[in-house]
Amino acid sequence: MAEPLVLKDHSGESQVYFERIVQGFGFLLLLTLLLVARMFYLQIVQHDVYSTLSDQNRIQVQSLSPVRGLIYDRNGELIADNIPSQRVTITKELVDDLDETITALDKLIGISPSQIESFKRRLARRQRPYESVPILFRLTEEENAKVSVNKNAMPGVEVEAKLVRHYPMAELMAHAVGSVRRINEDDAKRINAIDYSGTDHIGKIGIEKYYENELLGKVGYRRVETDARGQIMGAPLDQTDPVPGNDLVLHVDTGLQQAASDALGDRRGTVVAIDPRSGGILALVSKPSYDPNLFVTGIDFKTYASLRDSIDVPLFNRATQSQYQPGSTIKPFIGLTGLVTGMAKADFAIEDPGWFKLPNNQRLYRDWNWKKTGSGGHGLVNLDKAIYRSCNVYFYQLATKLGVDRIHEHLTLFGFGINTAIDLPEARSGLLPSREWKLGTRNEPWYPGDTVNIGIGQGDILVTPLQLASAVAILANRGRVVVPRMLLAGVEPALPYRQRLADVELVPDHVWDLIIGAMEKVVHRNEGYGENGTAWAYIGRDIKYRMAGKSGTAQVVGIAQGEEYDEELLNERQKEHAWFVAFAPVDDPVIALAVLLENGGGGSRFASPIARDVLDYYLLNERYRVAANQAVRTFNE
Amino acid sequence: MSEDFVRRLPDAGFAYRVRDSGSSVFHLDVQMILLLVAIASYGLLILYSAVGQESAPVTAQSAKIGIAFVIMVAMAQISPIFYLRIAPWVFLIGVIMLVLVMFFGTTVNGSQRWLRIPAIFSFQPSEIMKLMVPMILAWYFHDRHLPPRMKHLFWAAVMIAVPVLLIARQPDLGTALIIGASGLLVLFLAGISWRYMVTVIGAAVVSSPALWFVLRDYQQGRILTFLNPERDPLGDGWNIIQSKTAIGSGGLFGKGLGEGTQSHLEFLPESQTDFIIAVLAEELGLVGVMGLLILYLLIAGRGVMISIQAQDTFGRLLAGSITFTFFIYVFINIGMVSGIVPVVGVPLPLVSYGGTSIITLFAGFGIIMSIYSHRRITL
Repeated sequence: MAEPLVLKDHSGESQVYFERIVQGFGFLLLLTLLLVARMFYLQIVQHDVYSTLSDQNRIQVQSLSPVRGLIYDRNGELIADNIPSQRVTITKELVDDLDETITALDKLIGISPSQIESFKRRLARRQRPYESVPILFRLTEEENAKVSVNKNAMPGVEVEAKLVRHYPMAELMAHAVGSVRRINEDDAKRINAIDYSGTDHIGKIGIEKYYENELLGKVGYRRVETDARGQIMGAPLDQTDPVPGNDLVLHVDTGLQQAASDALGDRRGTVVAIDPRSGGILALVSKPSYDPNLFVTGIDFKTYASLRDSIDVPLFNRATQSQYQPGSTIKPFIGLTGLVTGMAKADFAIEDPGWFKLPNNQRLYRDWNWKKTGSGGHGLVNLDKAIYRSCNVYFYQLATKLGVDRIHEHLTLFGFGINTAIDLPEARSGLLPSREWKLGTRNEPWYPGDTVNIGIGQGDILVTPLQLASAVAILANRGRVVVPRMLLAGVEPALPYRQRLADVELVPDHVWDLIIGAMEKVVHRNEGYGENGTAWAYIGRDIKYRMAGKSGTAQVVGIAQGEEYDEELLNERQKEHAWFVAFAPVDDPVIALAVLLENGGGGSRFASPIARDVLDYYLLNERYRVAANQAVRTFNE
Repeated sequence: MSEDFVRRLPDAGFAYRVRDSGSSVFHLDVQMILLLVAIASYGLLILYSAVGQESAPVTAQSAKIGIAFVIMVAMAQISPIFYLRIAPWVFLIGVIMLVLVMFFGTTVNGSQRWLRIPAIFSFQPSEIMKLMVPMILAWYFHDRHLPPRMKHLFWAAVMIAVPVLLIARQPDLGTALIIGASGLLVLFLAGISWRYMVTVIGAAVVSSPALWFVLRDYQQGRILTFLNPERDPLGDGWNIIQSKTAIGSGGLFGKGLGEGTQSHLEFLPESQTDFIIAVLAEELGLVGVMGLLILYLLIAGRGVMISIQAQDTFGRLLAGSITFTFFIYVFINIGMVSGIVPVVGVPLPLVSYGGTSIITLFAGFGIIMSIYSHRRITL
């Protein structure tokens, strides 16, 4: 050793060591104190917070889905049912490779990129690990079998069953009943999350929407203890059973609905039939229609786009949402206004040259049988003939005489310009023009020419087929107002009225007799060419009951002054809409209806046979007579 | 060499072996053994609850403790003089094995820690280093003037840095940090001036942001999660949220043994190994945790007493640093489970399920007992 041996100072060293080890032990006590403080904070100060968290971990509140109320027609046929539907779910924590599993599933049963995208969105919204997330809904039997057989090769993949809405009548009832759809993000903001914790669906349209609260039922709960994988340990801690939703019975008659649908065939149009005794809607058909089942578990975008973008707008409910000019179907109501106000007399007649002009105005208002040659016109016309021959010139004159104010006042009594429907949430109000309306929306004064057009149901006036059918029902009732409604029975509390009409009073019997008699002649009068009712030739020859009706034709494109109407020149979508309204039997009406055929041409020729088919079905079928009377009794009780 | 060593001892020739009690015949310390048995039994009780009251894992763990106990007794029989003599060689072998692990090690869970000799055994060389780093430093300072000078500190730093860096790049950051800390503890006990200590710790704090970029993704994730567990509540944050929930919901007296919902319903991860203190806290409450902490403190206190009574620098430094390192394990484990220290994979000494760490710990206590029982007492 090069260094000299240096003796260590042992006692000094142990002194230094002693100091250090005491300091170290002090530090160690400090660390212990820190741990104790931390534990004290967590276990004593924050104890309640963490106890709650621990219970939330361990105790799962499981919602128990209530069964949605069923919907029946008046004869007890099931319109809306609940059926089990299989879905494929994935539990992320049990899956080795998520993308691989999705690819494998895709190979097996086909999963589109948009489905994968919405699956990932649902996955991101998960509340806890081990929560299964659906990826594909509504499996077919074959898909179900394929997934079930291969499940062992795909850990984390499960097939789960859930009750979902099913509409056994598919297209037939789509517009009458509406449908449920999956709850989307907008709905989620609006609804009470607790009420909907047991279901993925919400009534979105029609009856399903209007009676959502009644149909939904009340969700039940079960508190269970689960482990971190969501597996339930032992028996439930407690349970509240779900309360099923109310079943509803509608006035709708499936047979009549089918008959109306068949009568329309492949044509675009709508039929609304009402029982004038109750206001119950017997049929509400809008064609083309769609299969509401497509929407229940989510429709794929391509199918949805083809429905949405179709020129025929199948998703659109023509019966309640579409607004058309009423055409000549307005004439009985204008005529009644004339008689009630004294502006028209039953025995007063005019000479109809085929055209009408306002004083100091060159514009020519033509009658429907006007010819360029100057021939045409209906000759000597009183109110009766003006209705059964549908004379325009008489009503040009009468409307001019009445003025817009009287027309507005009296037509309002029949529900024009008002949405009177109770349980049809999409129904629109139509438009009954007035001076105030024109000044307000167009900032223009009312011109006498505007009144002339309204006299024959053209111009600004708009009605929905439902509205027109309701007005005809009031006419059939000789003024007793009924409110159009779908619901026959099933829900206890009285329904709120949107706007309740008062019964049409102060109308003498002879006025009703004249108007209804004239409408009866539209169908039954057979007095030779130029004297027959306008619809006689098409439906009146062999009819077995007394029907009151009125045809109408609503222009789609304006016809220039001095031009004859030439059907051949117009393409199909520019053709007029054909109307026919009717009720029967005349002496004791049990059904009132409105038929509209889009671009159908003349009302008497094209729309009246549809009305006849529907009424024949209803009135000549004993079974339905009995059922209908039974339904009215139920309603009155 | 042993002759020289004996001659340098101040009281050589006037000393004889302590034979004042039965325990020293077997070179054991009765107080220490009683404390170890108490804490191991307490640990087995918690383990029994944590594994869902099955006896098989408890039997297996008892067997491991038994083996560790035998090793401890064996270690206690060996004279400190022998440890002093072999220290540099064992340290060297340990470093060589760490280098071998770098090239031939088995990778488990993404880090290369295990050295496997096929069909014979496999072990983690880093485990040896937990004892060898304090021992080599104690050896180094044994015949040098204390407090150490700058030159000596440099070499001491090298002896700490080499194994620490080798372990850190496996990567096993938790073990590396603890081994580094045990080395620094020796320096502290050797009496380096506060000025140096403050400088070193200050430098470490200042350089820590730079260290961030050296960390791997999962290590960065752990630190971010430590700072804000809600960052990823279903992923990295899950463990710490659930362990805090377990601890907090235990309250003062706990939910009762075997009644902990967090652990038995499997919300608590690693409930038998690193996070076992949360099971104790949930089931036996603050009272149960305090009981365990008191046992740990008593063991640490006994270790400190022994180190004070040690008669040479080697014994003092070694016994002191083993004792303090032991307690640092306790602090880091409980600190990480309760959310005041980032999650590093450190088991709770004598309680967590697993064999390797328990054997190292008991071996350490064996060395402490050897130091205690081989004293010479001056007449």
